[in-house]
Amino acid sequence: MIAKEKSGEQELFVSGHRACHGCGMALSVRHILKATGKDVIVVTPTGCLETFTSPYGYSPWRVPWIHHLFENGPSIASGVAAALKAQGRIHVRVLVIGGDGATFDIGFGALSGMLERGDDVLYICVDNGAYMNTGGQRSGASPMYSSTTTDPAGKISPGKSQMKKDLPAIIAAHGAPYVATASVAYLKDLEKKVKKAMEYHGPRYIQIDTPCPSVWGFSPDRTLEIGRLGVQSGLIPIIEMQGGMLTNVLKIKKKIPVEEYLKSQKRFSHLFRDGQHQKEIEKIQALADINIQKYGLLKDVEDKR
Amino acid sequence: MKITLGAVVKGGTSLNYKTGSWRDQRPVLNIELCKACGVCESVCPDGAVHLVNEAYRIGYDYCKGCGLCAYECPADAIQMVAEEK
Amino acid sequence: MQETEVLEGSEAVAFAVKACRPQVISAYPISPQTHIVEALARMIADGEMDSEYVRVESEFSAASVISGASAAGSRSYTASSSQGLLLMTEVLYASAGMRLPFVITGVNRAISVPISIQVDHQDTISLRDSGVIQFYVESSQEAYDTHIAAFKIAEDPGILLPVSVCMDGWILTHSYERVSFLEQEEVDRFLPPFKPKNFLDVNDPKSWGSYAEEDVLMEFKYSIHRAMQYGKERIKEIFSELATITGRDHGGLIEAYRTRDAEVILVAMGSMVGTIKEAIDKLRSQGQRVGLIKIRCYRPFPFEDILDNIKVAKVVAVMDANFSMGSEGALGMDLKAKLCGRRGAPLVLECVAGLGGREVNEKRVLEIVERAREVEESGLPLDEPYWAGLRPEILPEGAENDRQGKIG
Repeated sequence: MIAKEKSGEQELFVSGHRACHGCGMALSVRHILKATGKDVIVVTPTGCLETFTSPYGYSPWRVPWIHHLFENGPSIASGVAAALKAQGRIHVRVLVIGGDGATFDIGFGALSGMLERGDDVLYICVDNGAYMNTGGQRSGASPMYSSTTTDPAGKISPGKSQMKKDLPAIIAAHGAPYVATASVAYLKDLEKKVKKAMEYHGPRYIQIDTPCPSVWGFSPDRTLEIGRLGVQSGLIPIIEMQGGMLTNVLKIKKKIPVEEYLKSQKRFSHLFRDGQHQKEIEKIQALADINIQKYGLLKDVEDKR
Repeated sequence: MKITLGAVVKGGTSLNYKTGSWRDQRPVLNIELCKACGVCESVCPDGAVHLVNEAYRIGYDYCKGCGLCAYECPADAIQMVAEEK
Repeated sequence: MQETEVLEGSEAVAFAVKACRPQVISAYPISPQTHIVEALARMIADGEMDSEYVRVESEFSAASVISGASAAGSRSYTASSSQGLLLMTEVLYASAGMRLPFVITGVNRAISVPISIQVDHQDTISLRDSGVIQFYVESSQEAYDTHIAAFKIAEDPGILLPVSVCMDGWILTHSYERVSFLEQEEVDRFLPPFKPKNFLDVNDPKSWGSYAEEDVLMEFKYSIHRAMQYGKERIKEIFSELATITGRDHGGLIEAYRTRDAEVILVAMGSMVGTIKEAIDKLRSQGQRVGLIKIRCYRPFPFEDILDNIKVAKVVAVMDANFSMGSEGALGMDLKAKLCGRRGAPLVLECVAGLGGREVNEKRVLEIVERAREVEESGLPLDEPYWAGLRPEILPEGAENDRQGKIG
């Protein structure tokens, strides 16, 4: 079967990759590259995305792509950017597309360095809130009270007791000219943000919420639905910051209680098992409410600018 | 086949691996109900839906049967049916 | 006509790097490497060099930046020492596996703990399994010349590996020696621009860093070893080519110093070689048949060349400024591994010398030669390596009875 794409565009992330059914990351990458076009070099640190796209001999990347190590996505990208500058290849841009483990944790220092230097790299974090490649261990991006394999819910533990690290805020504090969050549930918004980010030079960051059916524990046809629930509860704020100022938010059409989001995934099922976790659920609801207030996410609330 | 220098691989070679073998259910598109909105093509993580002569077609070489196209189709034009063995 | 200057070894290295026109430099400061990267930074700030200088937040990133740059097709350079080199270890293994050429100056310095800024070779020796080619230099002039050769060797299409030029910290980097420089045109003729076949190219998209299963992984690793092993001839050719241009021949993979009829041959590398040569001259003047093999290229290990030059030796005394805890020094291990089972092989006296900056002076060398003579007489190997100059009086009770250095 020959595919004729819309407007003769060639697919830059092709079929045959080994992502799980319904993978939010794989879907995001298709749209990221639709937005950037072919003149990009992509760096991916070790993780799910790297593993399912690089069994030796089988690559879906129709753009130049490099996976080096786990903790150096940002610095490999800085090196590529420096080389492109030195060679005068000014129309080729550099992207990092990496998971939360590499971004929030092990590569955090390198990321901070890249931001501080102001290197011309668009860093996109495909965030599924754990080290999924190795079975779902806890990362700094894991949500509060999620159960992960190294911080599991048990007889005396409700899962991760710490908050999700607020990485977009940390990156904005570095002075990056463009920082945004997005969701695989809102693909048009995602593409728009990538296009917007490409208009800037310097270090830019987009964090994409990419639900993981395999480990979060939901049916693979619900990836976008789960993403929507997260956004509509306020737990996953979709925002855009330019020049350090909040310039755009995705308004919540109809706010849903966080319980609806939590109940939809196995990784939070311990909160509903015995009715003893009302406190935890309230804490999570409070986090969502803070986001709603902080970013003015509700449609009928005035923007706080 | 000889190994490559530094394990470097040509881009696009994943097309040689047909992930369609992973399916246990397959999406079936009812062309009568289809409004050609393109959502199915957009939400497929595996790029298995294609626009062919202005109509959307599902390609079974790579479709893993996740069901996202069926769930997201605003016209309910796609149904998941069990894969015949 | 070559310009000659009396200058700091670090500056000589900076001039060599400048002459090779790297497009990307990245470094993190650590003593005693700092003067090299500072000199390069000054030249860039003054517009004398046209390189992108990426000031990173760690050595891990320094090595990563130049790896990314090399993959994108740019000639790249970094330098480090001690703790910094250890931090780069993972990156160097990865880049060797990816066959990315670049040059790294390994300014030798001891490894913590206790923290020390004195010289020994433990840092670069710890990288010996990584697939990075390693040269060890004796003087600032050799450092200058070897850096220039290093870029050509790294980028050779049959090699394509990172190359480390190792030089003793402080002794070479911070002392002043007379160094002669090539003209820029001469370096440009010897070292043309870097034009790799494989690079990150939007017009021919490829993927680097695959995940390999057990059916191919061994072959990838073998390829690295193969490139080094069969790269030995090419390395010698390149050194030779440069020697013709400079008029200075430092030797090939080794320098054999007065070894032809030597009964006792010392094996060493780095700046201690200078002292050893003087001690040998003294012993020769006293009628002793002693010689030295200076290891210039440590990885790939130049076994064939060493074997050619120890044919009549009774004892080879290896001086390791490094030690693999629980076993032996690296040079000793490498040499003995190759000699094992060979008919007529000399006895090997494994010495630890110069560890943690313990001075290798003439007295120490004479001591070692004496030890070698004892071994020669007894015809037996040592129980344990000889830690030359060790101070048992400050060690716990009973250390003076340890078997270190005692004949079997």
